Amino acid sequence: MSESHRNGKVIRIEVLRYRPEQDEEPFLQAYEVPFSDDMSVLQGLQYIKDWLDGTLSFRWSCRMAICGSCGMMIDGEPRLACKTFLRDFPAGAVRVEALAHFPVERDLVIRMDDFLAKLESIKPWIIPKEQRSIAQGEYLQTPAQLDVYEQFSSCINCLLCYAACPQYGLNPDFVGPGIMALLHRYNADSRDGAAAERMEIAGSEAGVFNCTAVGYCSEVCPKHVDPANAVNQNKTRAAGDYFLRLARPKGGAK
Amino acid sequence: MKPAMKRSNAPIFWGLFGAGGMLAALFGPVLVFVTGIAVPLGIILPADAMSWSHMHAFAQHWAGKGLLFVVVALFMWHAMHRIYHSLHDLGVHAASATRFACYGLAVLATLLAAGALLAVGF
Repeated sequence: MSESHRNGKVIRIEVLRYRPEQDEEPFLQAYEVPFSDDMSVLQGLQYIKDWLDGTLSFRWSCRMAICGSCGMMIDGEPRLACKTFLRDFPAGAVRVEALAHFPVERDLVIRMDDFLAKLESIKPWIIPKEQRSIAQGEYLQTPAQLDVYEQFSSCINCLLCYAACPQYGLNPDFVGPGIMALLHRYNADSRDGAAAERMEIAGSEAGVFNCTAVGYCSEVCPKHVDPANAVNQNKTRAAGDYFLRLARPKGGAK
Repeated sequence: MKPAMKRSNAPIFWGLFGAGGMLAALFGPVLVFVTGIAVPLGIILPADAMSWSHMHAFAQHWAGKGLLFVVVALFMWHAMHRIYHSLHDLGVHAASATRFACYGLAVLATLLAAGALLAVGF
């Protein structure tokens, strides 16, 4: 990045630092960063790391809002650093902190073990209703069947919805918005046959009923997924399961 | 996440909350209008629409009895569920104590409404 790209504009980027081996607690550190109008917050952080302070740690990969690595609190809002531009902070300063509600590993890097364990638990893949041989051909689906779940498949696991969710902040056992969107993505797929198994998680004490319908999760989603809608649909379904299980014949199912 | 998933009993309370919310949305505003504005000021409705004899007859009829019961009981379940969760949001996490207090009040209101309506007779 050469000087000629920057038109002499400078922004003050305040970063919440935390280096566990030397810092008792997190503290704000400010950097003066020259920038041009096409620079994202992520590029601002990269400028700091390359030119001002090599000890700064943050996650990033694709720079185009598809990998979900650079989620952080930017002026208090959960956002992707690559999709947020320095020109949009006219006060000449922006504060960058690690995603809310997660343990901080170092600086802007959070620990996502909790999310990954939950992701694994919902079996985020299609478990076919009926196995088909290659000779039987592909699993067909109509456009209407695709519409039912397609938006939920856009989730990039960036965790912004978790940083937005006050209930996850209060109770990290809550499966949370992103996992519910993904759970719904598979349960609502006409080719999938494992909905009953996944509903045990949705209807559990860690499940959908922890949600108080705040809806901020859907507002912050950078991929226009609507996790609040997935949670709501599954509240109805879990309530149905709760009452109807008493009416259903016992059979082999639980 | 815990390996053994315990089924949540929330659907009972969420169902009562939802039913109360639906009823509050349908009946709440018009009840405020009728009881707080129209009858006291004598607009649209006659001033004696809520006289003792009218209301007594209303509470004695099975349909009036039923309506009064669901309005009182379900509004209460709706309100108490919301208060319970709002307390949680405000940082009051004594879950079993606040849950007992909130839903206990709703049970109490339900029983009192049922008792009073039965005492009025048919």
